Amino acid sequence: MREQSLNEQPSYVQVFLTFARNSLVRDMTFRANFVIQCISSISWTAMNVGLYVLIFSHTQQIGPGTGWAKHEFFVFLGTTMLVNSLVQTFFMPNAEEFSELIRTGGLDFALLKPIDTQFLISLQRVDWSSLSNLLAGVALIAYSLAHLMTRSVNPLPLSPWSLPLFLLYVLCGVAIMYSLMLSLAATSIWLGRNQTLYNFWFYITNFARYPMEIYGDWLSPLRILFTFIVPVLVVVNVPARVLAQPLYPERSLDWWLAVFALVATIGCLLASRYIFQRALRAYRSASS
Amino acid sequence: MVAGMYARVAVWWTILRIALEERLVYRGDFALGTLMRFLPIVTQLFLWWAIFESIRDTRGVAAGEPVELAGFRYTDMVAYYLLVMVARAFSSMPGLASGIALQIRNGEIKKYLVQPVDLLGFLLLNRVAHKLAYYSVALGPFALVFFLCRDYFQTGWLDAGTIAAFIASLVMSFLLGYFLEAAIGLVGFWFLEVSSLLFVYMLLSFFLSGHMFPLDLLGEPWRTLVEVLPLQYLAYFPAAVFLKKVTGPALVQGLCLQAAWLLFFIFLSRWLFHRGVRRYSGFGG
Repeated sequence: MREQSLNEQPSYVQVFLTFARNSLVRDMTFRANFVIQCISSISWTAMNVGLYVLIFSHTQQIGPGTGWAKHEFFVFLGTTMLVNSLVQTFFMPNAEEFSELIRTGGLDFALLKPIDTQFLISLQRVDWSSLSNLLAGVALIAYSLAHLMTRSVNPLPLSPWSLPLFLLYVLCGVAIMYSLMLSLAATSIWLGRNQTLYNFWFYITNFARYPMEIYGDWLSPLRILFTFIVPVLVVVNVPARVLAQPLYPERSLDWWLAVFALVATIGCLLASRYIFQRALRAYRSASS
Repeated sequence: MVAGMYARVAVWWTILRIALEERLVYRGDFALGTLMRFLPIVTQLFLWWAIFESIRDTRGVAAGEPVELAGFRYTDMVAYYLLVMVARAFSSMPGLASGIALQIRNGEIKKYLVQPVDLLGFLLLNRVAHKLAYYSVALGPFALVFFLCRDYFQTGWLDAGTIAAFIASLVMSFLLGYFLEAAIGLVGFWFLEVSSLLFVYMLLSFFLSGHMFPLDLLGEPWRTLVEVLPLQYLAYFPAAVFLKKVTGPALVQGLCLQAAWLLFFIFLSRWLFHRGVRRYSGFGG
């Protein structure tokens, strides 16, 4: 009897919904603070959009012949906002807490819980206010797509497959970012301190924020590094291309890139899981 | 009188030395962090390269010919970002305003009221020490990056006048940054929490201090707004002086305006402190 109840698998969906609800209750306790956080993250995003409005007042495209003109690039920017806000909502607060857990020895409690440790430390907290940027991203994409599809010259066709594919690749992008973050967070078990590592995460993901064409052609070392070794370049580029650049065969989403994005996602998830498990074995509690 | 002066200098020296030693504890982490801080610039430069190539394409400029955007060539753009990084290293004051507000809120400010140490002077010395420590470690990475990018500085060797103006603008940008942020922090005597004020300041300086892009790119009415605000002296102005974008009478005028803003914020922060202390009430021990 007792044996059986111990072997019983927890319902992961139920647990996650509880986490999400608790976080929402917590956020709603300090409602004014929640509103201010939403306003502040949307203001930063607006500033960023403003920067590109300024840039496109001086140029027609980013990179000659790349097809990233103003509204195509705004779809790209909106996609960046979507991916980033999802990562910030679900994973960022947890990764930050994880290094604290290691430093204070609080990880003991997480290890003792009858649930997968990676699941527990990855999803415990949800930062609902970061979702405001998701709305901003959706609005920006919708606006730009509407403009692209209704323009008189060369209107953009959108197939019924575009949207589901876009959502799939956005999720892939989130998964890749999550894997990277988890791997970096796990290394703090070995290093004890990881302030620089978080900066490192920020600097690496910075490369994902621009169309990959700006780093040169396929053979440029940066592009090889950030496509095949740390695949941050497929995170935003692939979904954004699905929506904004399906027209031109030579520039559109190459089939192998689409397939590669899926392979990279699975590879990243597996690799980060492996790194996380290895790191846990090295964990020594903080106090006696 | 002389003994009094001597005692005061001794106090300053001690404060400076303690703060210096405190800052040099994590040297290695620090140097690595400084080097990595150049990484975001790398992506910015790729972005601008693509933009300049697009403009070349649209305007039909031949491959070898330089393309100019608001008076900036691509090489100027690289030099600009590096110089702004130097300027920001002088003028940015992480945690100063929020630190002052926190000290007001939790009552730690009392120690400056009962001890014969002046708050603004003490914190200024702390910042000087911080910056000295920062530069003693960051000089290596900075020198390395500037050496690697030497070809982008097409102004050639600068004349003594420009160098003097550049250094003056940097020193003033440090002091301006300090007194501006201190004034924001001192508003905490009235508001207790200054994070929303600080947020507006950061939002404005993101766009109007010039650390994201050269301010020459801005059109009206932004250009006028930049001229009437002190923010450009925190990042744009020193870089523009170095790149000889501001010369002759405009340079003198710019330096005078920067000095005027500096004086304004020195007086403002003094006044805020003076008024704030009279308003302040501390309880408990």
